[in-house]
Amino acid sequence: MNATSYSLIKVIMMAGFVVFFTRCTGDNASTEQTNPEWIQNEFMPDSNNIKHQDIAVKPPPFSEGIFPCSECHAEMVPNPHRRKLEYMHVKIDSMFDHDSKNRWCLDCHDLNNRDSLRLASGKLIGFNESQKLCGQCHGDKYRDWKVGVHGKRTGYWKGPKEYLLCVHCHNPHSPKFKPLAPMPPPVRQEDIH
Amino acid sequence: MKKNNSRRSFLKNLSVATFSTLALAGCDMRAIDEFLTKNFRVLSKKEKEDLIHKLKISYRKKYGKEFQISDKPATGGELFGYALDLSRCIGCRRCVYACVEENNQSRDPQVQWIQVLQMEKVRGIDFAHANVYYNPEKVPEEGHFYIPIACQQCENPPCVKVCPVKATWKAPDGIVVIDYNWCIGCRYCMAACPYGARHFNWAEPGIPEEKLNTDTHYLGNRPRIKGVVEKCTFCIQRVRENLYPVCVEICPVGARKFGNLLDEESEVRYIIENKRVLVLKEELNTQPKFFYFFGV
Repeated sequence: MNATSYSLIKVIMMAGFVVFFTRCTGDNASTEQTNPEWIQNEFMPDSNNIKHQDIAVKPPPFSEGIFPCSECHAEMVPNPHRRKLEYMHVKIDSMFDHDSKNRWCLDCHDLNNRDSLRLASGKLIGFNESQKLCGQCHGDKYRDWKVGVHGKRTGYWKGPKEYLLCVHCHNPHSPKFKPLAPMPPPVRQEDIH
Repeated sequence: MKKNNSRRSFLKNLSVATFSTLALAGCDMRAIDEFLTKNFRVLSKKEKEDLIHKLKISYRKKYGKEFQISDKPATGGELFGYALDLSRCIGCRRCVYACVEENNQSRDPQVQWIQVLQMEKVRGIDFAHANVYYNPEKVPEEGHFYIPIACQQCENPPCVKVCPVKATWKAPDGIVVIDYNWCIGCRYCMAACPYGARHFNWAEPGIPEEKLNTDTHYLGNRPRIKGVVEKCTFCIQRVRENLYPVCVEICPVGARKFGNLLDEESEVRYIIENKRVLVLKEELNTQPKFFYFFGV
């Protein structure tokens, strides 16, 4: 009898401790800190998966000195006809491999506002939300990207994350992911002395 | 229970005591102290603090560096899971070397927790024809796919069952951990693991001084000694601080996903519920928490 009442007390005390402990850690988890150095992202998609978190994105990877485009284009007369590109865009022209038979610059860039991208609907969007443009055709990838399955998230699995945009990994003018040199293979067992 | 005060048991105890004294006579006080330390799981908070304090001193002596050694326990609200997109992995081995650096794996002799297997698409997943030594100029190679394999953090881990001294166990957050101080190096766990995920320190680990990661966890990436087994811990020193494992951070194609299986909104849960998912050697009922999936 004595022994059973003792073990009963022990169980109750342990249960109390567990409840106390989980409460403490729960409180800790809800006071997440955000890193002020990260760019606050106001243009993230409205995914239910990320509503409670601050998500930051690196600025789009422009070639140096190329943005804003209007710096050069402001003085040019817009030409809406498909042609071979010259001067600054020779490289883009030679690498262009993104359904190049059917598409060209003005399917994504706006004729009159070169600092904007242009959705199929005609709506202008900034370069920092280019994922919406990509998502027009690559809807399945866009869907997966929004929930963090396609693409890459870094930072905290529980807390602020950093997202990459499509264009951080895929050059929009030639989007296929380029092969990489592998790191060295492991030492063969027969080579261990 | 009846107390056994027979002459027989007295002599038995006496002989054990004599042998122990003789065995320990050749050691210094620190070694004796270390030898008499209890299993990490039964230590009180105070004893853990003492143990870590002593460990820091010995690391300072050995490596000339100040180490941070965390003993942060699982919070209770997490069960960690991992997902890897086989349709995107290109076999570049960035994860292998990021893991080596983060987790203080021996460079010479070489210990690598992650092995990347190259397989032929026409054969499918076929371990008999897999190759870890591929070394072309560029990856991926035509007609091949890649499976990085490290500890699968099984829910039903055979390695834990066979350990004769209980030096390895499954933590409440699902990570299978090892107390390197308690491991006797019998390597039963390595024989039991169907994934080849456990690695043995055949010699004193060789790590260049400037490469040591001093931010460590007691059950994770703290420097090991010769004669103990080690393996992936999902970067316990990082994930218990809510950070992603380092392999997730480094992966250039974003094939690696990590999260809390108990959180319905986590990436891993989305993958398990919406993608084609497989686990390796399912028929062995090890119940891995490492899921491979096809993102496309």
